[in-house]
Amino acid sequence: MNLKPETLRAIDEVITHYPVKRSAVLPLLHLIQEDVGFISGDAIEWVATKLELEPINVYEVVTFYPMLRQKPIGRRHIKVCRTLSCALMGGYKTCETLEQEFGTHRGEISPDGEVTIEFVECLASCGTAPVVMIDDDLHENVDVAKAKELARRIKAEAAGRAKPAASSE
Amino acid sequence: MIFRHIDEPGYTNDLACYQRHGGYGILRKAVTMAPQAIIDEVRKSGLRGRGGAGFPCGVKWGLVDRKSGKPIYLIVNADESEPGTFKDRYIIHQDPHQLLEGTMISCFANNVKQAYIYIRGEFPHGARILERAIAEARAANLCGPNILGTGYSCEIYIHRGAGAYICGEETGLIESLEGKRAYPRIKPPYFPAVLGLYQCPTIVNNVETLCHVKHIVDMGGEAFSKIGTPNNTGTRLLCVSGHVQRPGYYEFEVGKITLGELLNEVCGGPLPGRKFKAVIPGGSSAKVLKFGETFTLKNKDGSTRTLTVEDIPMDFDTMAACGTMGGSGGVIVMDDSVNMVEALANINAFYAHESCGQCTPCREGSLWMKKITTRMVHDEARAEDGTLVKSVADQIAGRTICAFGEACSWPTQSFVAKFGEEFKEYAALKNSKSADALPIV
Ligand SMILES: Cc1cc2nc3c(=O)[nH]c(=O)nc-3n(C[C@H](O)[C@H](O)[C@H](O)COP(=O)(O)O)c2cc1C
Ligand code: SF4
Ligand code: FES
Repeated sequence: MNLKPETLRAIDEVITHYPVKRSAVLPLLHLIQEDVGFISGDAIEWVATKLELEPINVYEVVTFYPMLRQKPIGRRHIKVCRTLSCALMGGYKTCETLEQEFGTHRGEISPDGEVTIEFVECLASCGTAPVVMIDDDLHENVDVAKAKELARRIKAEAAGRAKPAASSE
Repeated sequence: MIFRHIDEPGYTNDLACYQRHGGYGILRKAVTMAPQAIIDEVRKSGLRGRGGAGFPCGVKWGLVDRKSGKPIYLIVNADESEPGTFKDRYIIHQDPHQLLEGTMISCFANNVKQAYIYIRGEFPHGARILERAIAEARAANLCGPNILGTGYSCEIYIHRGAGAYICGEETGLIESLEGKRAYPRIKPPYFPAVLGLYQCPTIVNNVETLCHVKHIVDMGGEAFSKIGTPNNTGTRLLCVSGHVQRPGYYEFEVGKITLGELLNEVCGGPLPGRKFKAVIPGGSSAKVLKFGETFTLKNKDGSTRTLTVEDIPMDFDTMAACGTMGGSGGVIVMDDSVNMVEALANINAFYAHESCGQCTPCREGSLWMKKITTRMVHDEARAEDGTLVKSVADQIAGRTICAFGEACSWPTQSFVAKFGEEFKEYAALKNSKSADALPIV
């Protein structure tokens, strides 16, 4: 495991929050996923050793929680809420629009590697439905027009990155 | 009360702003009181839990095993995952110190030395805001060691979930906090008040409930109990979503506003050219209400009264008497553009996805309810499907470890009971549907 020093520091700190080490499984998995992008078999072994558990104790957690993933995803993670209030306000159309914009299907990495789009269940922002999360940020009232605008912004950022950096910092 | 400063221009979520508005004054008052006196005030206030079940908070605190010699834990349930509910989000993002103050008062009252805030994984900013608020409060000696020089110490940590609805159920939450799958525990013997986190006595309360504690200590339990209606005291945060002009979150005295007033006056009524058809009044697990149905209820003196859906007050008891529940305060509105088979298919997909899988009736039943209603929408619909899907639901409720069993069967049972005709006629309707009708499953 090749974790950043700040991840390792955060891991050691978070373990002190609990009287029982096992409680730190989810926090550790979150930290590793934020650092590396997904939870590999090595990561499962590493967490098990760190917390003095059997790898199966970690593996069963990884497979239970929808936010933890065992494979890499696109550069940006787009989560579209699927549940009733969002669906009533057009969430399915929003999701279709985003899929079309990036030429991809839910659950797959888009051909340019830029995004992975997923349907998720209620994001607790039903009053501003339909809602979409892009990485850590919530976007509200995402109708078809706004979905296209969000896609345009992501593509523009991607294009900006692709250009040779004229004045790199 | 709770939403006093939320959305106020210039109100920020840092400690300085909170203290400019009198923040932590009530914690200062609380630590001069006897802990039992605080518990007594909460009991007198009649406060009922805002997480879904409406269990009296003072009674819950009274059940805590204080003789075991084990530490007592307090867990803030910030999992907010019941569809239609989005109130705790705004407290956490805009007024985190209000939650911390209510939590610290509750910890002091119950001699808790260690508290956790279990926040759903999809609130990454919320978790960071709370982390910062805790650091600020700790630096100001409002939590951590020797709080306000009283000799009383209490640490509070954030614990993030990772996308599973069942972590909102209190014993599933405890398992999750112990680093395991969120498999709810069998009660008895695992009542959190006796055998909770690490097999120690544990209090689990919703975010909104703990904020109310602060206001109870401020005004006194007696005064709090005069707000709202008898047995339904205080204010309540209501979240309205779906087909209304002004969806959003609102705070009202419990039971002082009717469902009709909420939807028609506060939320501006139906969308142009539409009519209300159905409403789920307390999160997606609550039984649906059909506009046009009436309820005959008994008064205390033995006489009866008849209520329409619009007449039902937004409280716990009348909602229950009308066969549904106030639940989590999430009101989901559907108008006449919605087909009830499709709405149910959407809901069933949620429950099939979220069952933890421990109990056969729930794991298999939620899956079959989804399969039947999805087949109706995307493949073949048969006249008897309503009866079929309801027969599955009828075999889940009451046969499971946790209340998810009820939560997943109530939508099917109530949709089929009240909109049975739509299930019978769905095949014909589907063929006549325009291609650009909004897909909801
Ligand atoms: C399936 C299920 C999901 C639940 N989800 C939540 C939730 O997201 N947030 C919450 O506060 N309570 C939730 N609850 C209720 C909790 O189990 C518990 O009753 C509540 O946190 C107690 O707090 P209160 O007494 O302050 O309401 C859920 C219950 C069930 C059965
Ligand atoms: S009722 Fe469902 S969610 Fe609850 S413990 Fe059983 S399988 Fe899990
Ligand atoms: S239904 Fe989409 S945020 Fe709740």
